Amino acid sequence: MTDEIKVDKTLDCTGLLCPMPVVKTKLAIDELAPGQVLKVISTDKGAKKDFPSYCAETGHTLLKAVEDKGAFIFFIKRA
Amino acid sequence: MAEKTMRPGEPVTLDAETFRRLHAQAHKAMGPKRLAIIASKGTLDMAYPPLILAVTAASMGMEAGIFFTFYGLDIVNRKKWKSLKVAPLANPAMPMPVPNIVGAIPGMTAMATAMLKRMMSKQNMPPIPEFVDMAKQLGVKLFGCSTTCGVMGVKDEDLLDGVEIAGAAAFLDYAAHADITLFV
Repeated sequence: MTDEIKVDKTLDCTGLLCPMPVVKTKLAIDELAPGQVLKVISTDKGAKKDFPSYCAETGHTLLKAVEDKGAFIFFIKRA
Repeated sequence: MAEKTMRPGEPVTLDAETFRRLHAQAHKAMGPKRLAIIASKGTLDMAYPPLILAVTAASMGMEAGIFFTFYGLDIVNRKKWKSLKVAPLANPAMPMPVPNIVGAIPGMTAMATAMLKRMMSKQNMPPIPEFVDMAKQLGVKLFGCSTTCGVMGVKDEDLLDGVEIAGAAAFLDYAAHADITLFV
């Protein structure tokens, strides 16, 4: 499932509700260089819509979003 | 991409890549978006929404500011921010189905407060002081209402570090340049 995409950092937000996954993603992505990829795991039901919005607003690229047994996994490339 | 002339009213369909490029250009040209919130309530449940929205906005690269007024000022009052409470009286949305009048019994406010705190921590939601600190760390501007300070006898040193005392004109000036304004 995670083929081809090279992940530079993984952030596990399992068990956290909004807004924590987005806040933690912001802090984690700040530590990456432009072009690097952050993998985020979130079990918050709102994440499915929140992360595409977060990426649209910040300009980071959402490379891939997968749903896996109640967890959402996002691959975000820093702008 | 070949640019074609658009006529007013003509529907435009953009592919994702073009949308991203134009969106990024617009962002650069217009500067960051801004969220301006008024927090007017001092109960534990009503302290969360403005803080949640402000830290999210800041995380999304927006500017965010909260104007704490009337009882909302308690959220940034160092004597009170750690002891905000839930009011069970006249709150028909309490998770426990008891007659509303029971909320008037001494001890019920403490009980409802403990219950919400437990529910929040069970879901790993940070308590209010952590949210305020997070807001500060993310650059959220915190304004304390000067009239409220006067009316309620709140001294400058009662407010948390980083809270700027301001009046309505200052907030309106900030909000006039905002894209989103909310009253909580």
